[in-house]
Amino acid sequence: MKIHEYQGKAVLRKFGVKVPDGEPAFTPEEAVSIGNRLGYPCVVKAQIHAGGRGKGGGVKLAKNRDEVKDLAEKMLGMTLVTHQTGPEGRVVKRVLIEQGMNLEGAREMYLAVVMDRESQRPVVMASSAGGVDIEETAAKNPKAILKQYVDPSVGFQAFQARQIAFGLGLPNAVVGQAVQFIRALYDAFEKTDSSLLEINPWMLTADGVLYALDAKINFDDNALDRHSDLRAYRDLDEEEPLEVEASKHSLNYIKLPGGNVGCMVNGAGLAMATMDIIKLAGGSPANFLDVGGGANADQIKNAFRILMADKDVRAVFINIFGGILRCDVLAEGVIAAVKDLGVKVPIVVRMKGNKEELGKQMLLNSGLAFQTADNMMVAAKKVVASVSGAPVSAKAKPASKAKGLAKGGRK
Amino acid sequence: MSVLVDRNTRVIVQGMGKHGTFHAMACREYGTNIVGGITPGKGGTTIEGFPMFNTVQEAVRKTGANCSLIFVPPPGAADAIMEAADADLALAVCITEGVPVLDMMRASTFLKGKTTRLIGPNCPGIISPGEKCKIGIMPGHIHMGGSVGVVSRSGTLTYEAVGQLTALGIGQSTCIGIGGDPIIGTTHRMAIELFNKDKATKAIVMIGEIGGSAEEDAAAYIKAYVKKPVIGFIAGQTAPEGRRMGHAGAIISGGKGTAEEKMKAMRAAGIHVVKSPADMGAMVAKILGKKK
Repeated sequence: MKIHEYQGKAVLRKFGVKVPDGEPAFTPEEAVSIGNRLGYPCVVKAQIHAGGRGKGGGVKLAKNRDEVKDLAEKMLGMTLVTHQTGPEGRVVKRVLIEQGMNLEGAREMYLAVVMDRESQRPVVMASSAGGVDIEETAAKNPKAILKQYVDPSVGFQAFQARQIAFGLGLPNAVVGQAVQFIRALYDAFEKTDSSLLEINPWMLTADGVLYALDAKINFDDNALDRHSDLRAYRDLDEEEPLEVEASKHSLNYIKLPGGNVGCMVNGAGLAMATMDIIKLAGGSPANFLDVGGGANADQIKNAFRILMADKDVRAVFINIFGGILRCDVLAEGVIAAVKDLGVKVPIVVRMKGNKEELGKQMLLNSGLAFQTADNMMVAAKKVVASVSGAPVSAKAKPASKAKGLAKGGRK
Repeated sequence: MSVLVDRNTRVIVQGMGKHGTFHAMACREYGTNIVGGITPGKGGTTIEGFPMFNTVQEAVRKTGANCSLIFVPPPGAADAIMEAADADLALAVCITEGVPVLDMMRASTFLKGKTTRLIGPNCPGIISPGEKCKIGIMPGHIHMGGSVGVVSRSGTLTYEAVGQLTALGIGQSTCIGIGGDPIIGTTHRMAIELFNKDKATKAIVMIGEIGGSAEEDAAAYIKAYVKKPVIGFIAGQTAPEGRRMGHAGAIISGGKGTAEEKMKAMRAAGIHVVKSPADMGAMVAKILGKKK
């Protein structure tokens, strides 16, 4: 889960990490009253879940109350476009009003804690180059990044913090403060179950004080159950509405820009592979959708509702491999959903595994215009053809073809 | 005919709730020797004919179990893994999806120096069809005994590969679902090392997905040590950057962990990479046919 900068700073403050004084404002009036309390100059920072806000015009300095009001008025409601938002940008609904820091003679550095997959342990990273993307530094000059891997059995140690502080060439007088700062940051990482905690820039003022000038925190979604305080930071405005709706029904849905073939699949790996095969068949997948292992009729209906709410979807590909999920239960859910919701777009169903024969017969006997296929590529080609307007049979196959209506399917 | 598990494997199930009990019965039906269950407080009772124990230690003492199948829900899953390792079981298979990463980090530190090998978490488990041994949630009937080893980060995509193989009359020695989380006990590389040593395994199917660099790591090992043919597929060729595709570990971040990069490394290691998930079985058939 991602959170806003001001929320991240509130978390850090609790763990004793020094951040500039500031508060969020949702209206220009609130912005003015915060500005008055902090004194001028102050900084107005647009709060969206994306980086690159400064370059996009989302971070401005206000010298007095008129300027803070003016800037807050302009920023609240504006669509901010940065390299991370995509061309459609994000609407700014809150701003952070923060004390203005004296940047003169200040040093900007980089500090982060991330979970490192290869070593299976957290790594504390620091660099003298603050304010630039760490990926850029990593590409240009990987040696400029100092790394300290944390031993999970004892946690982050003071000597590791000292190695970073001295490695960055911080003045002796600041080293003690830096060690405290880095250890507090690691403490926050561990106690909040973060997957990423990034301070960029990490500032050393001319008079020798360290501050987190920006803060980016991502939490481990799987650990949120034990952090009710952190869950409250979720901002639904920052998420795709259909994805929010899907998550309410325990469906894992991700919208893909520009696609028109809706996908409904069980299992994350097969769901990705289904997107891939649509592309290979010459089409364009509209989404990732994993209905999970224990999907029931209700969930299938919810899944259809979400797919159909996406106006770009022109056809649907249902690809199910029944391990736990039974194909007959799936078929029942699909038939009910298509009838109830009056789904009009072509649907190609491919199902394998548990009670596959029974499921297929139920689709055949439904009187609805499903297309089916056994092979994944054949199914993908059928769905792509139905989108591109190539001739495909839109009529239901007559039920009489399914002779002798098997009572229990195969197994 | 198999790696890690066979008809002599004695399995206990940790977490005999609704889910655990259902799958314990399905495994028993398949032929697996399930010797008991663990639910703290239920010791001394039986559930569906399975003798129940309060702790893994006790179960091992009384049943001689050497493997555990774990269904304990996420908050207690890492604890369950450590309990299995503390009892010196040879193998622990953790099915649980949604274990916090820092919990897994601690559990995997705990496992270092212990005898227990972990498979998972967030995986379908392991099956050796020729040995009638299924330790997991996969549908048994799609499998068939044979000489192809399958290793994969996914569940249903593994079933897809197995289904294709079986339909072509190609059996499997062992199929290992290693799990979709960022921290897992057995990696692609470790599974391939096992298949490489196993005399009954003649070819290996390796199914990966976006995120991390475990496939590249395995490819480097294959290039250096593996003479058996390896057939590979990577899911997520169309996945966008920065989005977690269902599995906690399936994410491209900072331009790293793309399908393209993995497929390139695999091809460079001599792996027969298929672009289409529909071609996995056919490629194995082609390669095996050539060898004969």
